[in-house]
Order: sequence, then C-alpha cells, then structure tokens
Amino acid sequence: MVTTVKGKKAKTGAKEEIWNLRLYVAGQTQKSITAFSNLKKICDEHLAGKFRIEVIDLLKNPQLAKGDQIIAIPTLVRKLPEPIKKIIGDLANTERVLVGLDIRSVSE
Amino acid sequence: MVKAKHDVAVLEKCPTGIKGLDEITKGGLPKGRPTLICGSAGCGKTLFAMEFLMRGAMDYGEPGVFMTFEETPEDLAKNFISLGFDLHGMMLRGLIATDHVYIERSEIEETGEYDLEGLFIRLGNAIDSIGAKRVVLDTIEALFSGLSNAAIIRAELRRLFYWLKDRGVTAIVTGESGDKLLTRYGLEEYVADCVILLDFRIEEQISTRRLRIVKYRGSSHGADEYPFLIDESGLSILPITSLGLDYPVSKERIATGIPKLDAMLDGKGFYRGSTILVSGTAGTGKTSLASTFADAACRRGERCLYFAFEESPNQIIRNMGSIGMDLAKWVKKGLLKFHSARPSLYGLEMHLVTFHKVIDEFDPQVFVVDPISNLSAAGTASEVKSILTRLIDHLKMKKISTFLTDLTHFGGSLEHTSEEISSLIDTWLLLRDIELNGERNRGLYILKSRGMSHSNQIQEFLLTNQGIDLIDIYAGSGEVLTGSARAAQEAQEKASEMSSRREAERRLREQERKRNALETKIAALRAEFEVETEEVHLMVEEEQKRQAVLAEDRLEMAHLRKGEPSAPPAKHSKKKRKRRVS
Repeated sequence: MVTTVKGKKAKTGAKEEIWNLRLYVAGQTQKSITAFSNLKKICDEHLAGKFRIEVIDLLKNPQLAKGDQIIAIPTLVRKLPEPIKKIIGDLANTERVLVGLDIRSVSE
Repeated sequence: MVKAKHDVAVLEKCPTGIKGLDEITKGGLPKGRPTLICGSAGCGKTLFAMEFLMRGAMDYGEPGVFMTFEETPEDLAKNFISLGFDLHGMMLRGLIATDHVYIERSEIEETGEYDLEGLFIRLGNAIDSIGAKRVVLDTIEALFSGLSNAAIIRAELRRLFYWLKDRGVTAIVTGESGDKLLTRYGLEEYVADCVILLDFRIEEQISTRRLRIVKYRGSSHGADEYPFLIDESGLSILPITSLGLDYPVSKERIATGIPKLDAMLDGKGFYRGSTILVSGTAGTGKTSLASTFADAACRRGERCLYFAFEESPNQIIRNMGSIGMDLAKWVKKGLLKFHSARPSLYGLEMHLVTFHKVIDEFDPQVFVVDPISNLSAAGTASEVKSILTRLIDHLKMKKISTFLTDLTHFGGSLEHTSEEISSLIDTWLLLRDIELNGERNRGLYILKSRGMSHSNQIQEFLLTNQGIDLIDIYAGSGEVLTGSARAAQEAQEKASEMSSRREAERRLREQERKRNALETKIAALRAEFEVETEEVHLMVEEEQKRQAVLAEDRLEMAHLRKGEPSAPPAKHSKKKRKRRVS
C-alpha cells in the first residue's frame, strides 16, 4: 500500500501534476452552491496549490453534458490525473469525496 | 358535457406507423404523453421504440430523439440496418438524434444530495437540436442499476415524466418485465397513460410474439393479446377483429367454372368477394374444384393467387392437365400465381403475414388456399380460427373472392370438423364419398350459400378428361345410386321405358287397324242401304205408274159404259192394292 502511494506521489510530483477538477452544475441551485463550497474546502485542505476547479453550468452549455456522460447534478469529474473519476452529489461527505478522488493518499 | 369536451383533448393520438398498432389503439399512442413498453429480454421493445421513431420521422414529419441506456448508437444503427432503417442517414438529415447514456456504477461515487438534472438537460438539448416531437428512453431502468439512491431516482423519474408531458413530446419508455410488477422497478407507477406489454412465448417449438395493451387512459382499445411479427420490414401487429364487420359487398356473381354448379347456385355462381369453403375427405376432388375455379377466374382475365400447402405448383399443373385443364398458360400469362409452402415451415402468424404480403403484392381478384386444414399443424384450432378470421376480414375488405378447401377426416362428421369456421363462410360446398356396391363415387352438395336460393340436391361429381362434370344422381324408388349402379339402373330404366313405349305404339296401331276395319264395315252397310233405298224408290215409281195406268183404264171403262162415274169403288181398290205391295 505504502509503496504504491509513494510511487504515485513521486510520479505526480515529478510531473508537477495539477489536479484538474470539473464541477458540473445547472444554475445556481442550493445543491450546486453547497457542492462548490464543499469542494473548495476539501481542495484547499488536501490539494493546496495544485488544483484547478472548472465549474460548468449546463444551463449555459447543455451540449457539454454528453461528453462527460453527465446525468446527475452536481457531478464532480476528475479529469486529471487519469483515470477519470466521477463523484455525484453535494460532496457533503468529505471522507467519501477523498476516497472518490483518491486524495487521501496524496495528502498522506 | 365538460367531460366530453375534456375527452376530445385527451384523445389526440400520435400515429406510430407500426402495422396494425394504430388500428388496435384507434389512432396511435397518446400524443404528448409517455407510453410504457414493457416485456422480457428479446421481446422487441427496442425495435418497437425504434420503429416508432423511424416511422414518425419518415412518414409523419416528426423528428425523434433516441436516448439509449444500453446499446451504443453504432450498435443500434448496425442492428436496424437489417430492418431497412438507416439510422445514420436519418441522423445526418437531422430527423433523429441519439444520445447514449452510459452509467457505470463502479466509476461513480455518490456523496450527498443530487438530482438528475443532467439527464434532463441532455434530453432537452437533444430535443431542441432537431425539434423532436417523439422521444424514446431505452431503457431508463438502467438508472436503478447505475445509481444507488433509489429514492432520488424515483422522485426524478416522476419529475421526468411530468417534464416530458410539459415538453409535449410523445415518449416511449421501455422497461424490463418484473416478477410481480409489470416492470422490474415498477415504472408503470409513473406512466399512467398508456402501457403496452410485449410477450414472447414458445409453444410446441413455434415461437409467437404477442402484444397487449394493458391500459390506455381516456381511449378505448383492443384488449386482446395480439400476435405480432418481426420481419425484414419491421413490426407487424395483426389485429383479430379490428376491422369490424363493415366490408363492402358486391351483388356481382362469378362463375364457378362448372356450369352445372352455377345452376345449383341460383344459376349464377358465387358472389364476388364471398368466402367459399369446400370440405371433403381425401381424394374427393377438392383441389380439382379449386383449380377449376382458379381456371375460370383466369379465363375471365382476373388474377388468381393459389396458396398450396400440400403440393408443389408443378404437381398441381400436371395433375390438372389430366382433367383437361391447362394452368401453365395462366401462370405464363401472369394471371395465376402459385405460392407453395409447408404449413409447418413457420408459425401461424408468419403464415398470416405471408398471406398479407403476397396478397398485397399480387393484388388478386381470386384467392385460393388448398387446404386450410393443414394450417392446424402450425397451431391450435382457436389460433387457426383467429388467423382465418383475420385473413378473411382482410380479403373481404379487398373484395377478393376466397376459395378455401378443407380436408376432413374419415369417420368424423364432415359438417362437424369445420364447424369452427362455419360462421366465416358464405358458401359451403361438401364433397363426399358415396360407397355403394363395392364402389366409391363422389357426391357434391351445397351445405349453405348465403344470399341465394341454392339447390338442395346431391349431385354426382365426375372428374372427366374434359374437366369436372356434375350429374343428377339416381334418386328414384327410395334409394340413392351413383356410379355404375346409377348407370345400370338408368340403363334398366331406359330398357323398360323403351319396351313400354313399344307396347303403347303397338296398341295404337292395333286400334288404328280396328278403326279402319270398322270404317270399312260402315261403308259396306251404307252401300247396302243405298242399294235398298234405290230399290224402294224404283218400286214406288213403278206403283205410281201402275196407278196412273189404272186410273186411265177406269176412265176409259166409264166412258164405255156411259153410266155415272164409279169413283168410290176405284178408291177402295187402290187401297187394297197398296197393302198388297207392302
């Protein structure tokens, strides 16, 4: 476990990888706002300085939903590092978000 | 009043273009509302949905969105090209839009509250991109397996169906059959307007697909299970009685091909567009009768379609050649078309569809099935009846005269075996064997013939090398004779008739002779009488002369005596003399 984590860390570190996160929302709904603030908090805590959050409002760009196979709102997509991961919901459960994004290993 | 007004609005329907479905549903699916199509795997849900979109786009000018949760649009296009649906072409022309929704549970982490707005947005985007009027969701149940929060999915589904209604699109939602519910996840709960169940059963190695409208709010609909087919032209549903009993009727009569049979049928033959059934045991001449009818139709220049379930066309042509009928020339002229198939080749539904297809292609005026009884090899009696009912309905609508033959079994009552379809038949001829004196002959009679006063006589049915002939059978002196017995009886009768005629002639001659003799006698007597009369006349004359002489004498005597005249004595003497003469 540890070795893989180390390897991954070394790898990402070597490439100076930026975490590219994309949050799909549909308008300024309560869920979307909650999700964004939750995400911001988690990233600030665990990925300080090496993340980029892109918020996509599907009400403005509906055609973008198809590409990332979005059905639920809000959906967080980890575009980078690969593989692509998806988390749906308002990201209220920090534990699960960290597991879903594989962030815990990075922070450790 | 208010309700009626409301109904008018509700009853607006969206034609599916699927053969037969619009008849059962009396116009199509509820317009602007979702319809649930449920059924087990492989029952044709996706095809149903796809055909609905395709027909809508091609025939009704209504573009459609196909949202697939299972197959990719590439797979769909590949699958439907074999049915003549060019999905890619339609997409390029902007008539159909597809969206493949891919949900893989293992790739998705769920944390907290969410909704399915993304799905709505995708669907809305697809609808707007082509101005779609029709939408298919195939199958939305994938959401349940892809996401874990069923409560959210259910709430969102409810919202989705309202949303679809709001958009005014006619939608088809497919769902897999469940154990207790119509669908595994109870989708029927959300789709309140129209639910159609597809079923796929195998009975005796023959598969039949069936369709049933479970509910259709605000509309009357056929409630039966309707068999349907999937073939190279898509789905065909064959309603049993959707046409009702309102077909056109004709007063025109058509010849049977046998003048004597025409005579039995009111002297004019069958009605055009009527259904004729010939029942009989093996070898009674059903095929010959059918062929004669076909031949007569071709002679009139009409097209005849001949479905043969027992023999190959060549065999029929050869065999009919032996009774002086040249069917080959009609085939060559394109007036006669044979269609031979083993009845067990495919299920009854397929047979019916074949009937429909070939009939529509060839457009005949006369249609022959020889024999329908073989169809029972492909289904149960009630199924055969339903098939025939629908077939006959179709033929009647098209005013095609139908000639069916029916092979009945030895032993059973001829009239019983075909009882089930009797009500469909307008004219029913029976061919039967008449066994007598170690000889078997054929008899024909008319069991019924609607709308005409037909003969009630049994006729002997002869197959000669000039075709079919009917002969009055011998029915004198309390027995029925046919064949050689009839011939013998007739010969005997002829002989006795001849001898009695001779006797009469002889007696006539004798009487003549007697008359002649009598007349001769009369002539002789008359001659004798005339002779006598002449003698009498002579005698009277002589006497007168004598009297005259006597009177002269007396005068002379008186003159001599010079006395008074002696008249009185002279008178006296005259009397005396007269008496003496006589």
